Amino acid sequence: MVLLAVILGAVLGFASIKFKVEGNPLVEKVEATLPQTQCGQCGYAGCRPYAEAVAAGQAEPNLCIPGGDNVAKNLAELLGVEFKPVGGDEGAGPKPKMVAFIDESTCIGCTACIKVCPVDAIVGSTKLMHTILADPCTGCELCIPACPVDCIAMIPVQKNIATWKWQYPVFELKKAA
Amino acid sequence: MKNPHKFHGGVHPPEHKTESSRLPITVAPLPPRLIVPLRQHTGNPAKPVVNVGDHVLKGQMIGAADGYISAAVHAPTSGTVSAIEPHAVPHPSGLPDLCITIEADGEDRWTERKPLDYQTADPDAVRALLRDAGIVGLGGAAFPAYVKLNPGRQKIKTLVVNGAECEPWITSDDLLMRERAAEIVAGIKIMAHLMQPEEVLIGIEDNKPEAIAAMQSACQGTGFEVVTAPVLYPSGGEKQLIKLLTGKEVPSGQRPINIGVTCSNTGTAYTVHRAVNHGEAVISRIVTITGNVARPQNFEALIGTPLDELAQLAGGARPDTSHYIMGGPMMGFDLNNLGAPLTKAINCVIAASPALFPPKPAAMPCIRCTQCAQACPCNLQPQELFWFSQSRNFDKARAYNLFDCIECGCCDYVCPSHIPLVSYYRFAKCEIVAQDREKIAAEQSRQRFEFKQMREEREKAEKAARMAEKAAAAKAAAAENPDDPVAAAKKAAIQAAVERTKAKKAEAAALTPSPQPPPTRGEGANEKGACFDLPSPQPSPAGGEGAKNTEPS
Repeated sequence: MVLLAVILGAVLGFASIKFKVEGNPLVEKVEATLPQTQCGQCGYAGCRPYAEAVAAGQAEPNLCIPGGDNVAKNLAELLGVEFKPVGGDEGAGPKPKMVAFIDESTCIGCTACIKVCPVDAIVGSTKLMHTILADPCTGCELCIPACPVDCIAMIPVQKNIATWKWQYPVFELKKAA
Repeated sequence: MKNPHKFHGGVHPPEHKTESSRLPITVAPLPPRLIVPLRQHTGNPAKPVVNVGDHVLKGQMIGAADGYISAAVHAPTSGTVSAIEPHAVPHPSGLPDLCITIEADGEDRWTERKPLDYQTADPDAVRALLRDAGIVGLGGAAFPAYVKLNPGRQKIKTLVVNGAECEPWITSDDLLMRERAAEIVAGIKIMAHLMQPEEVLIGIEDNKPEAIAAMQSACQGTGFEVVTAPVLYPSGGEKQLIKLLTGKEVPSGQRPINIGVTCSNTGTAYTVHRAVNHGEAVISRIVTITGNVARPQNFEALIGTPLDELAQLAGGARPDTSHYIMGGPMMGFDLNNLGAPLTKAINCVIAASPALFPPKPAAMPCIRCTQCAQACPCNLQPQELFWFSQSRNFDKARAYNLFDCIECGCCDYVCPSHIPLVSYYRFAKCEIVAQDREKIAAEQSRQRFEFKQMREEREKAEKAARMAEKAAAAKAAAAENPDDPVAAAKKAAIQAAVERTKAKKAEAAALTPSPQPPPTRGEGANEKGACFDLPSPQPSPAGGEGAKNTEPS
């Protein structure tokens, strides 16, 4: 019996070293669900800090504004809590995807927006006009307050054939006689 | 040869083939204006290589292949480029896409045509020619042929040539096989040369006896085998035809090449022959104009011909025409703009009327009768897929192999509740693809964000290290000659300034009753003090702040 206990103890001890989990796996899962806009609209400094707060139970899972109800639903499911819509109203849905656009004739080349862009989506140099790379832009709107001359606007992403989607089919059930 | 194998399911919709197959192929006259879309194939759209105002010759490349999965587009006639701008294209979305408009000069003058002796040429050179000639699969998906005709290291056992044309109403491949069998076979020879298959099977449904006879006589002495298959929709589906002809099933999520089979359309074989043996790019195709028109028939029309002109050539649509369908009635979609041009992928345009295509009765709830599962040629469970797609349970839909669905419409056809099942699958597929795309984008932004953070940390550390070095150097210099009058004067001045500020602060504090709780101010002072007192030489961010603050004073 003692021998068995020693053996099992050794196995358990070995397993605890071998299969040690680094960090909290829930944080990774929560972070994978977030849209990674790094916009800070949830009140945290980025998606990672928010994920940590959500995983630790310090933040509500419905604070991600760019993710909308979809992300809130997925997070609620992941955490096993009740789903609450983002911003309090059901069916608001995620905001339409926007990208920032710099009016190049107004830009003074101050580099203020470049410093705040979390994903390095703005190119330009001091006293030279800046421009935004539409592909990596996450639409976080952090550059808008940073601009001293208000030359940045958010424009909706153009629909095109490559990104077009078939819509949910709407058809009438037979009318009750 | 009669065919011994079978695929699962299938349906027998009314064929309606004879309407358009009675008349021979007619060459459509040159329209005054041609609109050539740059996205006519799967993959990246072609990149325009001409400018507005340029004069182009027939067969000249006007859009070059962009990337690996892409194909070139060409001027269908000689003329002047009048616009490169978005124009209506045949697409279910109805969204415009980038097109090159050419005003025909009426001369129809060819550019220099360079045929290639494929038997002596390097296979890669032949494939490059196919890419630059804009050869794509003409069966419907318009996948670049040069990509498909590259076996890589895979040993190809069977080359399947698809002449089944199972979709109702369409007869373009039928007429092509009847009238140009020898040229199709010449194209198959080139394909066989590129792929080196052990056998070549040409699959044709047995409702096309003339085409079968023509192909059989053209294949004499080549070793290619014409296999007839009983009429059963969708025998012309790639995976279904492969099952039918070889008995092999393409595994879920894989391509025919993985089991040593390649499948190509007869129309593609014809264009391969024109490109390699005559140096002609894909600038025209055979298209069936049928349905509610006066003279349904097949036309050999230039790519870019507006579809309404083709409808006029077929005698014009009858007055009770309600809409137009691109492709067949099973898999096609409604055209929302007949001003859209003919593209490489269009094999048929049907004028629809309520008499020919009565509107579907209102949909009723699913009764789980599983007739759809019996009809599904992909061995799927359409009723489950419907359930998951309807409730937006996309993970489940994917787990039930939604992406093996070929959207053939057999389930729609047999559904006793008239549920538009395929519409649900298309919706679910689009959503899943969009979700995957968003996930990739999120992952990329996370990487960019982390990289930016890392870069900022590194820059801070570097700056701190630089500052610390400078401070150390200054200290060392001061230690070396402590009596340096300049340094001493500086030190004294700084000391005096610090004293002055302290005195002023004390005076102000004594005069005004403090409006803020003193601890806050104390903390602030402490922070600042810490910065001044401990100019840490370590290259840490905190040290950087400290060093930065000491520097200007």
